[in-house]
Amino acid sequence: MGASTSLPPPDGAADRWLRVGGAGRIAEVEEALLEPAGQSLKPLLPSVPRTVEVEVDERAARRSLREQIGKLERELSQAFVAAYPRDGIEWSVPSQAGPRILSLGELERVRDGLALRLRTVRGDLTERARCEEENRRLVERMMLDPGRHKFVRVSREDIGERGCGGWHVRPRLGIIGMMMGWWQVKLSSGCPLST
Amino acid sequence: MDASEPGLDPGAVPAEGAIAAEVREEFPELRLLWLSAPAVTGRSPRGVRERLRGMSDRFRGSHAVTMRQAPVPWAYRVFYRHIGLDPDADRTPVEAAALTRLIKGAFKSEGILDDALLIALMETGVPIWALDADRAAPPLEIRSSGDGERLGRTDEVLPLPAGRLVVADREGPLAVLFGDLAPGHGVTKRTRRMILFSIQVAGVPTIHVEEALHGCLDVLAAA
Repeated sequence: MGASTSLPPPDGAADRWLRVGGAGRIAEVEEALLEPAGQSLKPLLPSVPRTVEVEVDERAARRSLREQIGKLERELSQAFVAAYPRDGIEWSVPSQAGPRILSLGELERVRDGLALRLRTVRGDLTERARCEEENRRLVERMMLDPGRHKFVRVSREDIGERGCGGWHVRPRLGIIGMMMGWWQVKLSSGCPLST
Repeated sequence: MDASEPGLDPGAVPAEGAIAAEVREEFPELRLLWLSAPAVTGRSPRGVRERLRGMSDRFRGSHAVTMRQAPVPWAYRVFYRHIGLDPDADRTPVEAAALTRLIKGAFKSEGILDDALLIALMETGVPIWALDADRAAPPLEIRSSGDGERLGRTDEVLPLPAGRLVVADREGPLAVLFGDLAPGHGVTKRTRRMILFSIQVAGVPTIHVEEALHGCLDVLAAA
């Protein structure tokens, strides 16, 4: 605290100050101190914390968020195209009850929603690609050694392709083949109407 | 040509609608283009129906899947996100048309005006809407709706939520941005003149919008 405030206040101002008391009663304090005429009591006022209103220009932040949203939307669109023909993937990102001008917080929610959706979709696609690769290897093994994969069936969908066809290990000549160990892979091209 | 001048002129220069200051601050590249033309309604002539058939034949599933990566549809998707819409729930006009084509198996003729709007949309990716000019008081403007404002002139519709982005004329909102037209303001058989308007967003070249409006007028002029 400065030297000026450590001096005793003149003309009973200190009494008034003490009588009024309470840091939250600034207006009353000011009134009490300024009341006595003839002397400037301003320097004796304790330093009063005041709330300073600063106008923050959020436009730049919103512009930046919109750019991020555009970039994420592009990446999500790329993922959508890459995911085809796989289905069952959720692409939607919750709307913000538009159309209207979104606040900074709402734009952040859109950006975060897109980022989360993109991460989820990429995770799903990675997992599916791994499964599909395993299934492709399984088809290869079925072709090489049908006898060790009796009745195993892999659909085209299981390897990430369109259509309802697939590979199925079945005995040649029915029950005779089953008894003799004559196994083969039957390749189905699927239903022509399904595509 | 002035937007209010009579006569169907395929070379008409569209007028530029106003964008409210608070909207322009946020979306400086948003534009509203509109023009006035004599209303054309009724069944599409054979030429237009054949054009639709040709479009249907050329449009494949692969187009629908990759559409969102194309610059113009992508720009509208991004704008949808910016204004709080989910383009996978509320489809952009071009994606909605593509989906309808896939579901119905073809672009079905719905009358000359709808067909003209659809052809322009599918060829440019830019949506156009048509309003009854006798029930509108141009110039048009994009702005936020005020407290208690209703869509259109009737009291039968519920008030819009404050802050909803709308296309409005001097008297009030005529359409929700990228949404429904106000009831009773669409083009009907009794409409004499109509207003065609389009919305350009960031990333959509002006020439696409003008091409869409002129393409639409071309189809209507040929009818």
